[in-house]
Amino acid sequence: MSELISEGVQCKLLNSMDKVWDRPDSLIDVPLHYCPGCGHSVVHRVLMEVLEELELIENTIGIAPVGCSVLAYFYLDIDMQEAAHGRATAVATGIKRVMPNKTIFTYQGDGDLAAIGTAETIHTINRGENIVMIFINNGIYGMTGGQMAPTTLPGVRTSTSVDGRDVESQGHPLKIADMISILPGAYYVTRQAVTTAKAVRKLKKALKKAFIYQMNGEGGTSFIEVVSNCPSGWKMTPLESNEWLENDIFDFYELGDIKVPKKGIK
Amino acid sequence: MSKKLLMKGNEALAEASIRAGLKGYYGYPITPQSELLEYLGQHLPSRGGAFVQAESEVAAINMVYGASGAGVRTMTSTSGPGYSLMQEGISYIACAELPCLLVNVMRGGPGLGTIQPSQGDYFQAVKGGGHGDYKCIVLAPNSVQEMADFTYLGFDLADTYRIPVVILTDGALGQMMETVVFPDYDIEANKTDHSSWATTGRKNMRKKHVVTSLYLKAEEMENMNLILQKKYREIEKNEVRFESIFTEDADIIIVAFGMSARVSFKAVELARKKGIKAGLFRPKTLFPFPINELQHLSNQADKMLVVEMNAGQMVEDVRLAVNGNISVEFYGRMGGVIPSPNEILNNIINLSELKE
Ligand SMILES: Cc1ncc(C[n+]2csc(CCOP(=O)(O)OP(=O)(O)O)c2C)c(N)n1
Ligand code: SF4
Repeated sequence: MSELISEGVQCKLLNSMDKVWDRPDSLIDVPLHYCPGCGHSVVHRVLMEVLEELELIENTIGIAPVGCSVLAYFYLDIDMQEAAHGRATAVATGIKRVMPNKTIFTYQGDGDLAAIGTAETIHTINRGENIVMIFINNGIYGMTGGQMAPTTLPGVRTSTSVDGRDVESQGHPLKIADMISILPGAYYVTRQAVTTAKAVRKLKKALKKAFIYQMNGEGGTSFIEVVSNCPSGWKMTPLESNEWLENDIFDFYELGDIKVPKKGIK
Repeated sequence: MSKKLLMKGNEALAEASIRAGLKGYYGYPITPQSELLEYLGQHLPSRGGAFVQAESEVAAINMVYGASGAGVRTMTSTSGPGYSLMQEGISYIACAELPCLLVNVMRGGPGLGTIQPSQGDYFQAVKGGGHGDYKCIVLAPNSVQEMADFTYLGFDLADTYRIPVVILTDGALGQMMETVVFPDYDIEANKTDHSSWATTGRKNMRKKHVVTSLYLKAEEMENMNLILQKKYREIEKNEVRFESIFTEDADIIIVAFGMSARVSFKAVELARKKGIKAGLFRPKTLFPFPINELQHLSNQADKMLVVEMNAGQMVEDVRLAVNGNISVEFYGRMGGVIPSPNEILNNIINLSELKE
């Protein structure tokens, strides 16, 4: 098999029967309860790949609050705590302060992180808690059946904004990543996606950086937003949901780094 | 034994918590418990524990959840309004079977109320307070010494049963100064091994540990409830604590806890001087409640008088225990007022005259 170099990464030219991808060992081999095409599953996989590659499986405690990913501990083969709706970062603070050498991450939806848990989000980051926050922004309340979220775009129909989100009476979509990026405790803030293979690779890189920062004890909180989909809540096919993301949503939630550490990893 | 110290109740509790091996304290300012927060803020970090002033009581209780899930001794303290905010978190902690110490230095309510002492949160602490069927062990100190003693006891019980333990005290006990002696307490010897369930990372690739209170299937949720109920029955069997003073020959027995028991004791002494056979029964544990002992006393006394600093909360439990055997009267002051010994004495006199 010959080797070639692409994008600075060593690749192998594949034969037809070569295994190109395998589920990470720490992603438990059971059927996921997520709807087909839901971004949660992809983020789970990337997250576990990163933790495995950084050899952090034995050191990590994850916190999943209420939301579609409340059962993340069924799939992620690491120690986990399930938190009350909105309180994941408070739980994370409690753990990190008594075990500062452990790797701690939260995995939260937009209702969780940017509505009911806004105070915890801001103050955890303002204290610069040395944790990784993974924020799945799918613009809707998935678990409870598709109600408007703080992140829902203007005019978008949900079960609690049937005529489309009216910003006059229902407020504006909250760009919480931009908001918290001005806090001194925010160390690394980035907005990523899982719509394409390339986007997934970028997300993986971002996650890896965030966990390395944490283990190096650098700076403060790392905040990884993933602008994701909810085909069921959006009443779309997975493909349509991806197209909507690419064509409209990313115009509002622009992808890319929002705040990078001065001496961060490139 | 260490030497006698003169301390405020809140400070004695805080000092005892450090001596009991507190590793994580999370709290939010509210009168009349703020000395606890301040004392721990000053002393805990240099004595081996983490201190965080949280952004709210909601955050504080969830920080306790996290630290407790990591298997360390952890606590928070608050007063009425803050305790109300914590209820969702306490329900999660109870269901996830996490050990921790919660302190409610009660003040007068409802609403924003007053910062004066009260016992108005009895129902909330003893009956649950949050959603679902759960219990906390509830300890009711009545002196600065007991504020300290019950702190050690509270941590030990929390660890033994993996349950939240509440110290239900009030602004008067929190603020008053008395002498206190801290017992010799060996943190290591009293340590409980939580390594079979605590989330500390999968060292050596051991089986993963999960802290949760989620059971999607009704049968599984019921099963978890049965486990909890079994634990509560066990606690009721083993952990009832009370004090009985002058009750052996008493015709009238006052039942009171915490601050109102202190005042009632004075009233009992005054009644005895007048030749009235009065006694005092003081539950130290409000859950588990000393049901059998009260039943037993109801076979011997003529009447009971429950004295509380509320509109009548514990009296319901006393009546349930006595089950109609004798009459159970109530005297209470509300909204931050402490009854005087003479007020209680007058009630005792009235009851004893009714008898003749
Ligand atoms: C205190 C409380 N309020 C409301 C709920 C109901 N609830 C569960 S998940 C959820 C919203 C989930 O939305 P999000 O956080 O965006 O996550 P997603 O399901 O979209 O992944 C709500 C409102 C709850 N569990 N607890
Ligand atoms: S409801 Fe939406 S967020 Fe939840 S699993 Fe289904 S697609 Fe994913």
